[in-house]
Formats: sequence, structure tokens, C-alpha cells
Amino acid sequence: MSDSALPDGVERREIEGERRLATRGKPVYGEPTTDSWRAWDPERSKLGGMLELGLETGLVGGETVLYLGAASGTTVSHVADFGGPTYAVEFAPRPARDLLDAAEPRDRLFPLLKDARKPETYAHVVESDVDAVIQDVATRGQAEVAVRNARFLADDGRLLLAIKARSEDVTAEPADVFEGALDRLREAYEILETRRLDRFHEDHLGVVATPR
Amino acid sequence: MSDTDGPDANEASDDGSGWFEARPSGTADGDVGTESDDAAAAARVRDGSAAAPADWPARAVEAGFAGDADEYYDRLNAATTRATREAVRERERADDAQLIHAVRAMDDCERVANELAERAVEWAGSLFDEVDPGVEGVRAIAAREPESEVERRAVSVAERAAELDDERAALAETIGRIAPAVAPNLTEMAGAELAARLIALAGGLEPLAKKPSGTVQVLGAEDALFAHLSGRAPSPKHGIIYTHEFVRGTRPEDRGSAARAFAGKLSLAARADHYAGERRERLHDDLRERMATIRARADEDGAGDAVGDDAGAETEAVTDDE
Repeated sequence: MSDSALPDGVERREIEGERRLATRGKPVYGEPTTDSWRAWDPERSKLGGMLELGLETGLVGGETVLYLGAASGTTVSHVADFGGPTYAVEFAPRPARDLLDAAEPRDRLFPLLKDARKPETYAHVVESDVDAVIQDVATRGQAEVAVRNARFLADDGRLLLAIKARSEDVTAEPADVFEGALDRLREAYEILETRRLDRFHEDHLGVVATPR
Repeated sequence: MSDTDGPDANEASDDGSGWFEARPSGTADGDVGTESDDAAAAARVRDGSAAAPADWPARAVEAGFAGDADEYYDRLNAATTRATREAVRERERADDAQLIHAVRAMDDCERVANELAERAVEWAGSLFDEVDPGVEGVRAIAAREPESEVERRAVSVAERAAELDDERAALAETIGRIAPAVAPNLTEMAGAELAARLIALAGGLEPLAKKPSGTVQVLGAEDALFAHLSGRAPSPKHGIIYTHEFVRGTRPEDRGSAARAFAGKLSLAARADHYAGERRERLHDDLRERMATIRARADEDGAGDAVGDDAGAETEAVTDDE
């Protein structure tokens, strides 16, 4: 497989009779585990889907990460398992409660109840020059959020973004929505790779980009 | 997205310092105990801001806040966890009553702003050349330099109308902020404003959760409903939910079906929000699928209206994915 593209700390493991992506850590959402390796379900996680599809994420393991749209912590818990210091921003209180549970056993996962559209409200906490910004927010203006958060990213850092077409416009063609979003992104980023995530997530586009 | 996040967004606390700096003098004295320190650090994580990030770990070590990066991260973990736990607890207490007040106040502001704008425009039209109607016109009038007593009053009235419109916008933003906390599923499905209106019309989230979907479908169309019940009119197909794209964007002959399906999912969403309080992905997927089916009819055209074909979807249990 394209295991060379997987960061250290993420492996394909035999779990419940299937070879699946997995990271090492305390289970968070009832996912199956084998020998402390927890299965990472690409159908529940956009980043998991991007890794499973073999996108060149540039992640090698151990990086400092700003994660926008952490929700209940499903994906960000895996990120904290293989990454370094991980800042998890989530706007809604209810999922943030679950995020706190996921952060409990992970001492380098920092939960923040903040609005990703307003980076100045957490710039006094999140350090500069992070290695990766991972974004999965389901609001309108997803590209705008990525552009505003470019200030946190190191010059050679990576933006890993999942754009959900339906959050922008339920009635428009996803392809048109993606094109519009990419145009906005190009104002602050150079797009390295895009891939539809439809195999795991309908009407989502995975984007890898680096600051211009 | 067009919120004014200029320099005014960060106000006084923005002096380029990190969460671990600028300790407020009030909490410094008294016991040197960690409790008040922790509380103050958590408060700064919650309420602080900065225009730009910096290499905080290095700055903290330099400032003597932590011995090394590891210790810094330990303290950061403690502070962010505490801040987030407190914020979550507080935000979850945000209740539907506040949402109802906000949406009603927003409607009042809009109505009065329009009324006052109309008056200001009419008045200004007799004083100045080229006066445009509406709130935009009023803003242009408010920007003028009055040259007489009467002009001063007319311009002042225009200013009031513009301010009321600003207030309406601020209220809309507040609603957008608290609706997802009060009713996450309903808000995702309907948008913050419609979710707030449905809750207001029903008199709260709990009453909304207890209403059958047929009632949710015609909330806001009470006049038409009672006209129908007294035998004077056909039954209304939709109430306030008409404002949503799912209903309005569907061709007229399918709007009844669309409204019925949408209302069905909205009431399930309200129930999930009131009784469980967590997000239900299934609900949203089901609705999208259902809307796609209904809209596909326009393409097939003349396929005939399949009566009751969504009965199964509407009686589905709320706890289906639990």
C-alpha cells in the first residue's frame, strides 16, 4: 500500500480481521482496538479518509497542529496520538464536552471553545508557525476560515482541509462550490493537491495546500 | 463573514501578550495558592485575545513562567482544559428563553427601522436632491451635513433608523451564536434564524419538541389554518418554514411534499435537541436524501404525486441511532 505517505505513529493494523488505519492511544468513541492500537475509521473522519486515499499530507508524525472544527474529538484524538502539541478549536459547547473527555488522557491536546472564524480570540494561546492546520468546519465560508487562520502556519507548513459542499450551498453543484472555495483559498495558499473524498464522505473535497 | 474584525475586535486586552502574561493585579495578592492562579490563567485563555500568534512556548520560558517547553505545555493543558470546561458549562446553560427574546427583539427592530426609514426618506426627499429609499437611502441621509434646524432633525431621524438596523444585525449575529448551543440539530437543519423563530412560535424548545410535525409544518400560518378550520379556505401547506430553501426552492406542485418532509425532520431534530442534546448525523442525511427524491420529481415530470410515500420516514423513532 502507500504506507510511505503515512505519518509515523499511524499504521495499518489487523483489527477485528481487517487491515485498518490505526493510532496508539486511549479509545475515545467506542472504536475497536487491538494491543492499544485504535482503529481510525475513514468514514467517520475526513483526515482518515484523506490518508486512506493516499493524499500527500506531508505529515510525518510529531508535528504541532492547529485543528479547526474538532467537534467531539473523533479525528483530533488520532491526530494527538501521532502528533505533537495539538490545539483543538471547537465552537459548539455540546460536542466540546466530549472533546474534553478525549483530551483528558492526552496531555498534549489542548481543547479550546472558540470560533474558528475569529482567530484573534485564540491567537494569545495558539503558538505561531505550527506545522499543520487541519480544518473540518461545517459552516459557510470554509475557505475564508482557512485564509484567516493562515497566520498560524509555518511558511513550509501544510493546510489539510476538507470542504463540505453542502455547508456552502445545498442546492449548487458541488463542483462549482469547490471551484469557488479554491479560488478564495488561492489568495493565501498554494494548492498542492485536491481529491474528492466521496468514497468515504459524499460531496467533500480534500485539499492539501501550503502558504504562499 | 462580513463582521468587522478590524482592530476593534481585540479591544483593550490586545497588547500582544500571551495567555500566561499580563496577570491581573487583583488576583496576585492573597494566597499564592495555585487555585487562584489556575482560575486567572483559565480566565485569560477564555477572554484574552491577540492580533497575531507568537512563539508562546519560548516566550513563556523566557519570562520564567515555565522552566521548559514541557512544563509550559503541562500548564497550558491545565489552563485550556479548565477554561473550556467552564465555558462549556456556562454556554450550555444558555437557554431557549434568551433565544426567544432575541428573535422577537430582532423583529421589532426590523419593523421599527423600516417604518422610521420610510418617514426619514420621505422627509429628506423634501429637503435634499437624490434620496434613495430603504435602509441604504437612510444611511446616505445620515451621513449628510445638516444646514438648518429642520435638516438637522431629518438627518437625526435617519441616524436613528440606521442605528436600529445595526441593532437588528447585531441581534441576528447573537442568534447565530446561541442557537447552535440551544438546539444544534434544529439549527443545522433550518439555520439559526428559522430555528429561533420556530422555537419562539412554539413558546420554547420543549413545547416545540412535543408538537406533532403537522403542527410544525404550519407554525406561523395560524390565520390560514383557522380560516381552513372554519371552512373558509384550503389547508395551508406551510408556515414559517416556507422561508427555507428546501421549501421555497422546490417547484410549487411539490412544495406540499417538501414542507411535509422538512417539518417531519425538523420535529425529530427538535426532539433530539431537547431530549438528547447531541448531534444526529442520520437525521440530516435522511432529510437530504428525501429532498433529493422530491426534487427529482421535477426532472421526471408528470410522474404523479405519490401520496404518503414518506410516511415511514416521518414516524421513525428519534432514538434510531442511539
